[in-house]
Amino acid sequence: MNFPKELKYSKSHEWVKEEADGTALIGLTDYAQNELGDLVFVNLPQEGDSLAAGEAFADVESVKAVSDVFSPVSGVVAEVNEELADAPELMNKDPYGAWLIRAGEITGTEELLDAEAYEAFAKEQE
Amino acid sequence: MKLLFERSVPGCGCTILPACDVPLVELDAAKREQALHLPEVSENEISRHYTELAKETHGVNDGSYPLGSCTMKYNPKINEVAAALPGFTKIHPLQPDHTAQGCLEVLQTAEKLLCEITGMDRMTFQPAAGAHGEFTGLLLIKAYHDHRGDTKRTKIIVPDSAHGTNPASAVMAGYQVINIPSRADGCVDLEVLRAAVGEDTAGLMLTNPNTVGLFDKNILEITRIIHEAGGLNYYDGANLNAVMGLVRPGDMGFDVIHLNLHKTFSTPHGGGGPGSGPVGCKAFLQDYLPETGAQSIGRVKAFHGNFLVVVKALNYILMLGREGILQASQNAVLNANYLRKKLSGVYDMAYDETCMHEFVMSLEQEKHEESVSALDVAKALLDYGIHPPTMYFPLIVHEALMVEPTETESKENLDELIRAFLEIHEKAKTDPEYIRSAPHTTTIKRLDEVAAARNPKLRYEF
Repeated sequence: MNFPKELKYSKSHEWVKEEADGTALIGLTDYAQNELGDLVFVNLPQEGDSLAAGEAFADVESVKAVSDVFSPVSGVVAEVNEELADAPELMNKDPYGAWLIRAGEITGTEELLDAEAYEAFAKEQE
Repeated sequence: MKLLFERSVPGCGCTILPACDVPLVELDAAKREQALHLPEVSENEISRHYTELAKETHGVNDGSYPLGSCTMKYNPKINEVAAALPGFTKIHPLQPDHTAQGCLEVLQTAEKLLCEITGMDRMTFQPAAGAHGEFTGLLLIKAYHDHRGDTKRTKIIVPDSAHGTNPASAVMAGYQVINIPSRADGCVDLEVLRAAVGEDTAGLMLTNPNTVGLFDKNILEITRIIHEAGGLNYYDGANLNAVMGLVRPGDMGFDVIHLNLHKTFSTPHGGGGPGSGPVGCKAFLQDYLPETGAQSIGRVKAFHGNFLVVVKALNYILMLGREGILQASQNAVLNANYLRKKLSGVYDMAYDETCMHEFVMSLEQEKHEESVSALDVAKALLDYGIHPPTMYFPLIVHEALMVEPTETESKENLDELIRAFLEIHEKAKTDPEYIRSAPHTTTIKRLDEVAAARNPKLRYEF
């Protein structure tokens, strides 16, 4: 299981990559994709939708189940990764490359976990 | 096997039509732009096609079907005899009421008996199945609040162990869903519930026994909390098979319920059923029911819903009688506990205590140690002629297998089921690859479910 040091994490298993321009990329962690199994569909929000920390902004479907994806931060959706609509398997193959959305006007990052704390949390879940 | 379209031979058919004896008229405006593509096959070919399909499926008539939360009990053949009586089949829903008294009596008697079983005052048979019933029931709750001018009640509370249809139906009915976490034992956390209710609470959706097969002993307190906050309680009848004749949703504090006649009341379930999801309510909600007057929520389906399914369910209730209905539930609980007890110690039980009509096992340990998952065990059961249990549900248990044997399996069948489960577990240790590649003896082997879901082919390409 991979927990890149430069990312921040939520307890609902999303990662946040803060970029130099003040936006942040959000995706599903390696742990999450492994637990969900092969992903077959993703339902993404629209650009301009508002994000509230802890509330669902997307859902993903695996062979097992449909699961909500919760926003780790508050803000607005600045960009959506359209590539995932045709290739949801990217979230399994490259969880930290396959971002779901880019968030702008973000707040609430101070609540997030660092890689070490998230790794410990994920281990606890097993 | 060949698809019906692949059996098609131009010019083949089942009927020879007489020559057309009226002038031929071309309807230009209504002309089809695409070819119709009906398969051209003889009756013999059609018969063989469906027989071949039947051979590749597994139904209650083929073997055990312990599909958790689905109550796949045996469908008594006498139900079909009753539903095929010409008085029920050779009738039109628009013919005058005085010529359809027998059918109306069936509906009234079924309503009376189902209300007695559930503790409700009135019932509608329009909803076509469970989720449709949920939607209808929520519209009753909405109508109740709206008619009181209480329009700020916008939220429905649903525990995280609920069936996925519950939050989906609430959203369909225009509500916002408040998902509350369950306790470790799958029951409602009273403190969390108290914190979640308020002036915006329209209602609560719950099954009892709950999704992990446990009876929530705090049920009276739960429904009281909702009532005191001004909300109504909705009972999802998915698990009623555990408690018929023992306890009634109406006495537990529920105001609206739906039943699944195709689960609890022995009407066919798979293959399109069709289902039937009657909705019952307390008297104070009866004016909002679909068939009633000015305050009605309106029709949710034509006429009286899937009427012949109601005939079958009524037949079942009358055949069992008061004592039989109670015994059916008692035996459903007994069978589940026999199975659970015989498997615990080998399989890890998610909740190792006396269960109701079903129980949940977790294959998490096997997945970590032998890389044998719940899916693999489910597939391996196919080699024993047993339908797999429900997999990966409820979501609160990892690698879940949810087993509901129902009351209609004999002890011999249960012992066969136990033997299969134990052999699979043993084989997973000695030859895990064999289980990971199961089934081995069925005509269709392991399917690539991921490819099927990612690239679905939903129709035949001409």
